Amino acid sequence: MSEFASIDWLALTVFAPLLGAVASFLAPRMAPQIGFASLTVTALCVVMLAAQVIAGGPVIVSLGGWGAPLGLDLRADGLGIVMLGMTMLVGLFVSLGALDSFSAAREGEENARMRLYFWPLWLLLLSGLNGAYVSTDIFNLYVMIEVIALAAIGLTVLTGRLEAMRAGLEYMFASMLGALLFLMAVGLAYLQAGRLDFAGLAAHAGEPAMMLAFALMLVGLALKTALFPLHFWLPRAHASASAPASALLSGLVLKASLYILLRFWVEIFGPGSLIGLTVGLMGTGAVIWGSVQALRTQRLKLLVAWSTVAQIGLICVAFALADTIGAQTAWQGAVLLMVAHAVAKAAMFLAAGRIAQETGHDRIADLDRTHLRPTLAQFAFALAAISLIGLPPSAGFAGKWLLMEGAMRAGAWIWVVVAMAGTLFSVAYLSRPLIGFLRFDRAPDPVGEHHGWAIADAPPLMLAFIAAISGLAAVQIIGVLDIGAPFGPFP
Amino acid sequence: MEFTLLPLAILFTSLGIVPLLFALPERSARLRTTINLTAAAIKVGLVAWLSWRVSQGTIYGVGFEVLPGLAFKLQADPLAILFIALSSILWLITTIYSVGYLEKGPHRARFFGFFSLCVAATVGIAMAGNLFTFLLFYELLTIATYPLVIHRGTAEALRAGRIYLIYTLAGGLVLLVGTLWLWVMAGSTDFAAGGMMADIAAASPVQALMLFVVLIAGLGVKAALVPFHAWLPIAMVAPAPVSALLHAVAVVKAGAFGIMRVVYEVFGIHVAVDLGVTLPLAIAAGITIIYGSLRALTQDDIKKRLAYSTVSQVSYITLGVALASPIAAIGALAHLIHQGLMKITMFMAAGNLAEGLGVKSVSAMNGVGRRMPGTMLAFTLAALAMIGLPPLAGFVSKWYLASGGLDAGQGWVIALLLASSLLNAAYFLPMLHRAWFVDADAGAGAQESARQRPIGWMLSAPPLVTAALVLIAGGLANAPFSPLEWTRFVVAIEYRE
Repeated sequence: MSEFASIDWLALTVFAPLLGAVASFLAPRMAPQIGFASLTVTALCVVMLAAQVIAGGPVIVSLGGWGAPLGLDLRADGLGIVMLGMTMLVGLFVSLGALDSFSAAREGEENARMRLYFWPLWLLLLSGLNGAYVSTDIFNLYVMIEVIALAAIGLTVLTGRLEAMRAGLEYMFASMLGALLFLMAVGLAYLQAGRLDFAGLAAHAGEPAMMLAFALMLVGLALKTALFPLHFWLPRAHASASAPASALLSGLVLKASLYILLRFWVEIFGPGSLIGLTVGLMGTGAVIWGSVQALRTQRLKLLVAWSTVAQIGLICVAFALADTIGAQTAWQGAVLLMVAHAVAKAAMFLAAGRIAQETGHDRIADLDRTHLRPTLAQFAFALAAISLIGLPPSAGFAGKWLLMEGAMRAGAWIWVVVAMAGTLFSVAYLSRPLIGFLRFDRAPDPVGEHHGWAIADAPPLMLAFIAAISGLAAVQIIGVLDIGAPFGPFP
Repeated sequence: MEFTLLPLAILFTSLGIVPLLFALPERSARLRTTINLTAAAIKVGLVAWLSWRVSQGTIYGVGFEVLPGLAFKLQADPLAILFIALSSILWLITTIYSVGYLEKGPHRARFFGFFSLCVAATVGIAMAGNLFTFLLFYELLTIATYPLVIHRGTAEALRAGRIYLIYTLAGGLVLLVGTLWLWVMAGSTDFAAGGMMADIAAASPVQALMLFVVLIAGLGVKAALVPFHAWLPIAMVAPAPVSALLHAVAVVKAGAFGIMRVVYEVFGIHVAVDLGVTLPLAIAAGITIIYGSLRALTQDDIKKRLAYSTVSQVSYITLGVALASPIAAIGALAHLIHQGLMKITMFMAAGNLAEGLGVKSVSAMNGVGRRMPGTMLAFTLAALAMIGLPPLAGFVSKWYLASGGLDAGQGWVIALLLASSLLNAAYFLPMLHRAWFVDADAGAGAQESARQRPIGWMLSAPPLVTAALVLIAGGLANAPFSPLEWTRFVVAIEYRE
């Protein structure tokens, strides 16, 4: 054990995928093999790191031997571990799905390009995500969000279709604007505090320049998280990418900027209730607008993408509770909702991709007019819907319960009502495709139940199943989450 | 010393086979039937063993923490046993019926998977040791029953399914908020004999009152209390065995059972009386009883008439709970079982009429007694029991309810029960009259009933068995282990001070 303990698992979680990205770019023929090797190593690192943190509390590593404020500190606490674990879980299953989607057996120029570039981009993305979750200074975070954005935009336009290009351009615009705002904030904060690490900045919280910096960051991160009304780029970008890419973009990429916002909120700035209320109201707007659009759209993937807007909005309600006595519970709920959304939404995008692949279209109105029913993908979609709606025993249920509990403890019934409305909305829009799956009287030919079983059905099914039952393990997840008290001491 | 294995095993007999049933190819009908029947039979055996042990004083329970401070908790208390016994016996019978009913029909893998899940949910609801666990299974029940309701996949079925889902999910959401509020307010959601709200009700009666209203509203949807009842008559588009199970054990009973748990074991009957919530609840139940019966009078569709009758009959349970008299409580609990036996008989019989003769409406029932004597005998017994003819099961529950009404000083209950019985007679007796005493070729529905198809023993035997149970439950009401005897055992616990 002692020699294992001497290995720097923490830094490896960032560098293993980075090395993999470079290697798979250099040897495109071997990309899937290199990709899986690098994923396996990364997963091992995350597991070992988690074991370390669970056994001995937060792990801090100073790169190059200098600690903050001079050097670069990497840290893994409970919150970081939960995010890393979530990323790894979703990443592994999506990779399995990608292996099939982009397999050499499938023809076409589009497919060949995907096979070439998917792995380097995805591993680069993973490196950026992991890096963000262990960073402890804002400049490092800036670098990570740029890496993430670069890889994410690449994944968006990977299909090479015109609509994807357009969507990718929009996404790039939003993303660069967000990063620019973030960079300005970093500069401002550095001028004010002379330091870039969280602890150093926290000492200056409340100073006017710092509040300005925070406001800039808030807008920048809201853009990247697609928080209403800055969500304009999301639906098209997520709907036009290939299924595995959409799963990564929606499941993981958005969570990184949301995580950074959360981290800043609790660890550095602790802004007043007015800003919290604003974010909460933006979230409410997202719940309403995202749901309305999901109810109106004609395409399955767009529906799933709009539901992301609504779900992210619901998570942001937690910010409105940040300075109440319900804060601790609400934050726990928000993190659980992030994890639940990552897992379930990845499953749902993969399932939607499978459905489109099997039936040849993704028009919601025509889902019941085909006699081909990709049952397993539909089942996965339904299971994922259970978690997104927040029915027990899903992780979504546990998260929503805690969020509502936080609101109730704070006596803020308005947010309870928002969560209830979000639930009802999600039932309404998600039942649109689900009803199509179950309707048989409009199909021209007799409906077949099983339209072949493919390996690609397994990842969405597994992810959806995990999402649907992991609410039962909520207390264990929270146990890990609370290591190092990321949300401050319990009041 | 708590024993943990048995409750889990009972839950597992229905939950564990779900993945198996889903994965089984459509054509392996024989294997599917074997799995279903074996699991159902094992469960009846386990439940019998559990009842015996619990009556001897053994305590069964199992729990683990799910959310900070909140546990997933199963316990086999006598009240739970009452409900599991009902569901396990009727599951076995309904499974046999379903196998016969769906022979060669499409999507059987899906059907039996969700059917099993639905039964697992009722077991969980019965054994839930706190309101949180109850909620988990209450929602699971919604998810599991929806695909059964829309099983036929037609436009009408989907419309019914949508209404069903809107009602039950909204009800579930209200219950969630109520449960959460209870948790925040009381720091516990445990079911405990005598309740746990005494201090809170004394300190902040207004909040406790509001909490009660929220919880009952959430549960009232599934219990089909007026004005939350509209889904029930619409949901009868489901296949006959599903309607049978929905009306007898699964959905409406889950609501009624939940009301029981909330009144007795969350608030405690004495606290509920002090809060002044029992009389309004009794009145709401009374209104539902009369309203359901009145609507049943005018329905020509057999299943719809039965559905409105369920709206009315299930509220007997709520009425008995709300009267806050131990005698009425015995009536309520006994009716939980008795109504299940009676109503499942009638729905299976109605299914047989539709399958065998194509008879779906009351006006087409002329002469069906001679053409399907076994089925109609069962139907007749159940209908007479519903009306309250001694010594059938329905009479026993009505007797205790009426005595309980007097005991609680609510004389109007007698009038209510008399009126309800008259109405029961008014909508059931014409059906029996047509079936036995009117010739087949007379009347408007003669065409509809022209064809005849033989039905197998799997369809004809189950209603006869449940009808026999109706007879036994009423006639031998005082025998040990009869529903009534067990009910007395439960009430003695709930009313212990």
